[in-house]
Amino acid sequence: MIKNIKYIAVLALGVLACEPEFDNPIEDAGTYTSGQADFSNYVALGNSLTAGFADGALYITGQENSYPNILSTRFAFAGGGEFTQPLMADNAGGFDGTPAVEQRFPRRLVLAFNADGTPSGPSVYTGAPATTPFGANLGGSFNNMGIPGARVYHLVTEAAGYGNPAGLATDPPVANPYFVRLASSPNAAVIDDAVAQNPTFFSLWIGNNDILGYATSGGVGVDHNETGNVVPATYSGNDITNNLVFAGAYTELVTKLVEGGTEGVLLNLPDVTSLPFFTTVPYNPIPLDEVTARATNMAYAAYNGGLQQAVAFGAISAEEASKRTINFVPGQNAVVILDEDLTDLTGLNPNLANFRQATPDDLLVLTSSALIGTLVDPSDPTSVLGVGVPLDDQYVLTPQEQAAVENARLSFNATIKALAEANNLAFYDVAADLSQAANGGIAFDGGVITSQFVAGGGFSLDGVHPTPRGHALVTNGILDVISVKYGVNVPKVNVADYGTVTISNEVN
Amino acid sequence: MRKLLLVVLFIAVTMVTYAGGYRVSVQGQRAIAMGHTGVAVVNSAELVFFNPAGLVYLENKLNVSVGVSGIFTDVIFQNEELGISSETDNSVGTPLNIYASYQVTDWMSVGLGVYTPYGSEVSWPTDWAGSQLVNNIDLASIYIQPVLSFKLSDHFSIGGGPIFVTGSVNFNRNATRTTTDLEGNRSNITVDDSGVTNWGWSVGAMVNLTEDLHLGFNYRSEIILESEDGTATFANFPNSPGAPPNETTGFNAELPLPAELSVGISYTYKKWLFAFDYNRQFWDVYESLDITFENGAPSSVNPRNYKNSSAYRFGLQYQATEKIALRAGYYHDETPVQPGFFAPETPRNDSDGFTGGVSFAVTSKLAIDASFFYLRFEEIDASYDFGSGSTGAQESFGGTYKSSVFAPGLGLTYKM
Repeated sequence: MIKNIKYIAVLALGVLACEPEFDNPIEDAGTYTSGQADFSNYVALGNSLTAGFADGALYITGQENSYPNILSTRFAFAGGGEFTQPLMADNAGGFDGTPAVEQRFPRRLVLAFNADGTPSGPSVYTGAPATTPFGANLGGSFNNMGIPGARVYHLVTEAAGYGNPAGLATDPPVANPYFVRLASSPNAAVIDDAVAQNPTFFSLWIGNNDILGYATSGGVGVDHNETGNVVPATYSGNDITNNLVFAGAYTELVTKLVEGGTEGVLLNLPDVTSLPFFTTVPYNPIPLDEVTARATNMAYAAYNGGLQQAVAFGAISAEEASKRTINFVPGQNAVVILDEDLTDLTGLNPNLANFRQATPDDLLVLTSSALIGTLVDPSDPTSVLGVGVPLDDQYVLTPQEQAAVENARLSFNATIKALAEANNLAFYDVAADLSQAANGGIAFDGGVITSQFVAGGGFSLDGVHPTPRGHALVTNGILDVISVKYGVNVPKVNVADYGTVTISNEVN
Repeated sequence: MRKLLLVVLFIAVTMVTYAGGYRVSVQGQRAIAMGHTGVAVVNSAELVFFNPAGLVYLENKLNVSVGVSGIFTDVIFQNEELGISSETDNSVGTPLNIYASYQVTDWMSVGLGVYTPYGSEVSWPTDWAGSQLVNNIDLASIYIQPVLSFKLSDHFSIGGGPIFVTGSVNFNRNATRTTTDLEGNRSNITVDDSGVTNWGWSVGAMVNLTEDLHLGFNYRSEIILESEDGTATFANFPNSPGAPPNETTGFNAELPLPAELSVGISYTYKKWLFAFDYNRQFWDVYESLDITFENGAPSSVNPRNYKNSSAYRFGLQYQATEKIALRAGYYHDETPVQPGFFAPETPRNDSDGFTGGVSFAVTSKLAIDASFFYLRFEEIDASYDFGSGSTGAQESFGGTYKSSVFAPGLGLTYKM
């Protein structure tokens, strides 16, 4: 019997000895390194992009695929610690609250399909209710301090109270429900809650909303580089932040984050023309036949005639008159828009409103696609929006408005780059990568990622926020710059392993 | 003392027997112990498999061999660039074989064999990095074969018989690298079928140049298993006309069990027996694994492009005492998988097999046969470059693989 046990032991040893083993297992110490960086407590600071907001909402799988969370899985190969996120309660997104709250914070978009299997477009998911309570606090800080909707000045110490639930009820609301969820106390500031976690490494991607709010609303807001207003408390969500306000707030954030020699990476702000929200709807989406074109032109004959009179009076130049002249032809036609930057002629003639047809230089926002071609007055067949009735200013970003956005962006980006250099931080020019995605695309194994809406794979259904695949691309971009800056060597992610838009027909 | 030395030597020499693709070389405990040689070895009823022509030369009227092996396989995978590593969690395979032969007259024997030459079980962690190619696969086939063996002279015999095969498959993989339902659960497909049957045949010949020197030849035909009555289960697909519905439907697929040619020689000198086998496996029939679904979901097309491959086997037996026979063997087994087609469902590269075993005659009629083999694979950097992505674009999956197989076995030989 004892002999048998011996044999069994030998046999067991034999089985164990046959376990395969690599010459250089990647689990071995030394395969990867954090270089001069210390990833043991990584804190990500930013806005919706950092939070993993996508498809117009914040939901669990979007958060799990946020670039900071993906980055933390890479850091885990070189001493990275646990990365906590303020996960929402579900994958529907949005907040559970009053009808007004649910309208402001709707559930996510999904790509719906027609019965024949062709995509019909983004629709709000209605397969499950929003279950994340509005105004609740999770009772702790998180490594992911991305606050959807936050502008640069919302994060600084002076903005304490941005997470106070009492501020949700004011009109307009002065608090942000996403920060209410994580604020350490009602009067905490985002930056202080971030620094209080004693980060050993940080990322900062903030400032997008300081221009995007203006851009996505078609420039209906105010450009505070024009007004010179440097009091952000007086800004609306549709305004462009003053350059000095941006620089001051951004400097404060960086100064507080690097205190004690903490290393990190700063990300700059992409061009709005990199975003499908502004590049999907063409300026000339109106198909007309000859009869309709002629009839429509007759309706605008009085307006066109009035313009010539205005030229005769010297009120406008012949050039402006020609720009404003409405002319429809058989085939594709530009939409008629309201442009506040045109000369106001209503004093001369109340019928001479600020109309013109769009040009290739105008950017129509994504949300206009559902409206163009619909009847403003269902009983009036001539009230087609974009033809008989001009498209409102909020749906068009005109060249003047684009210039205001771009000027601010270039100033903000100059600030970010200068602060990265001054503080010896890594700097990721994410604007360059997104521009590449918009102009030709970025290849990966098994495909190309572009900024084309839905099909390009880089942007979620809201046209502004990245898909998981877009976040994977940003992750690899950050890894590139920190490997140079800090001698980091951790594995990149395979972009092909990250998904794009979610399809579902659980929509009403 | 000399005897002990020999035993130690045998155990030291003993090492590998398995084969490329999903061929599993465990068709007899005595043969396994000798590097899975046997086409020219007149030793036991294992000849039903190795070469039915040799059955008629067995000394006894009735010969029975039964055996079972426990196959412990393990595959590890890593990709340093992407920081991925995985290890299979395979259950222990227990292929069985049963052979019997009966000498009807001086010039004819009949035999029957039940054996399992093809099979594969690979289980990767669910949703692992290569899950778009395979999460787990369990492939099994049972061959049932009656044979006849004719002695044409003391120097030449022929044999053969029809083969009835029944096979089963269970295969799960994720739909793509990324497709999930709204909650993030990976969309996946399981195909399952059993009782897939078909017929084949084998034929062999044996030449006895002298009483101690044998030449053998055996050919086993190709058998295609056509699966038509199985089920394909679609799970966790998003609820949309743009995706297949989550349901169980039918599927069609074909899996070839390739033909195999064996030629070999054996030579007996005093208490020693030496054997050499050469196997040629005609894997080029396995061009592609294509699965079509009855619900109209897009077909799954998986190029395999296998090539024909060879195995070279050497075996040695030493009759240590009247009751104890010691065996050892070595073989080299080429993979049928070509570069760029290395799929994690059958992650096999070239291997070296080291085998050993012992028979102990309990009585003059009954012997216990023990065997083992260890199959050694070099680690290999390999990829499967013909996956299709969610957009239909071709994509690659690969890294470094290393496999090992260890299989102890036990059997009984009865002769009367």
